[in-house]
Amino acid sequence: VCVGAGQCVLTAPEVFDQDEDDGRVVLLDDRPEGERAESARRAVGLCPSHALSVVP
Amino acid sequence: MIGLDGAEHAANRRPVLSEFTVKRVRAMRPRIQTIVDEHIDAMLAAGSPADLVTSLSLPVPSLVICELLGVPYADHEFFQSCTAELLSFSTTGGGRADAMNRMLAYMDRLCAAKEADPGDDLLGRVITKQRTAGDGTDDHEHLVGLAVILLVAGHETTANVISLGTAALLNDPALAAPLRSGTGSTPALVEELVRYFSITGAVTSRAATEDTTIGGTPIRAGEGVVALVPAANHDPDAFDSPDRIDPERGSRHHLGFGYGVHQCLGQNLARLELEIVFDTLFRRIPTLRLDAPLDTLPFKDDAAIYGLNELPVAW
Repeated sequence: VCVGAGQCVLTAPEVFDQDEDDGRVVLLDDRPEGERAESARRAVGLCPSHALSVVP
Repeated sequence: MIGLDGAEHAANRRPVLSEFTVKRVRAMRPRIQTIVDEHIDAMLAAGSPADLVTSLSLPVPSLVICELLGVPYADHEFFQSCTAELLSFSTTGGGRADAMNRMLAYMDRLCAAKEADPGDDLLGRVITKQRTAGDGTDDHEHLVGLAVILLVAGHETTANVISLGTAALLNDPALAAPLRSGTGSTPALVEELVRYFSITGAVTSRAATEDTTIGGTPIRAGEGVVALVPAANHDPDAFDSPDRIDPERGSRHHLGFGYGVHQCLGQNLARLELEIVFDTLFRRIPTLRLDAPLDTLPFKDDAAIYGLNELPVAW
């Protein structure tokens, strides 16, 4: 589903990266806390293809 | 790529995703900085006044996308004039088809040359990738289409935001002050200018593929929907006092790059080019000013992508 827009990397660089070969999202931190969790939530909201979600 | 849906669209976009990642784009910063500096050097050497569109707005993104794709910059007058014809509402249907055919014929030759000898540029890398991943044959037709869209989308859009953004900054000293003093966040300013100008207008028009309801309005399969980007980006429910340029507002949720799976592929390259251009222009020429009243500037009211045909500046 990821379309490689890079919104997540721009918003939460400690949590998300992009794969060097295919450009798709790579999760760096699957249990972000505090500020990281907030920016990760913002990134989820900005993702244009709804490829991301927060699991409670 | 723009006219495709679902799996077909994804298959077209996938081979170039890695070319436009945040990391790959950031690695281009030194080269983009050099290109911007060289063009400002030339503008200063030629002396005041100048037309910013021909001195900076158009050549910088054109050169950047040419180097990335592997398109000879020497051909810029050809592809820039084809693009202008394609986007102008005053071009007739026949004229538009003619401009598109010239562009396709040009890219057909260029891609054939690259298939014969794929080099280390985006088009060369796509060819190599296709050969390794697929059955070894080249998908020439798709490559030509990809090259055309990346070249057109890669220069015209960014050029227009450079021109419109500079005009707005020169018209409002308070807005330009943080750039001149090197304080403030240029990325936030860039985001806000992309929101405010929403240059793609009605490019995001769609046709419904099945019956649906949007905002309480039923839309039947086959009916057209004009998703007007400027209207969304100036919606007071989403942006307070939307007709004010306010870099502090935090406008990352704007739709200036579109939304959904078609969202702009080159958005992070555009962001970086805009950031470097505005930072460098106002740092190097702090006395830059408009050389004509704002309301007399030739705005592109007759083009599918909004912008300025000329921007007279002096210093």
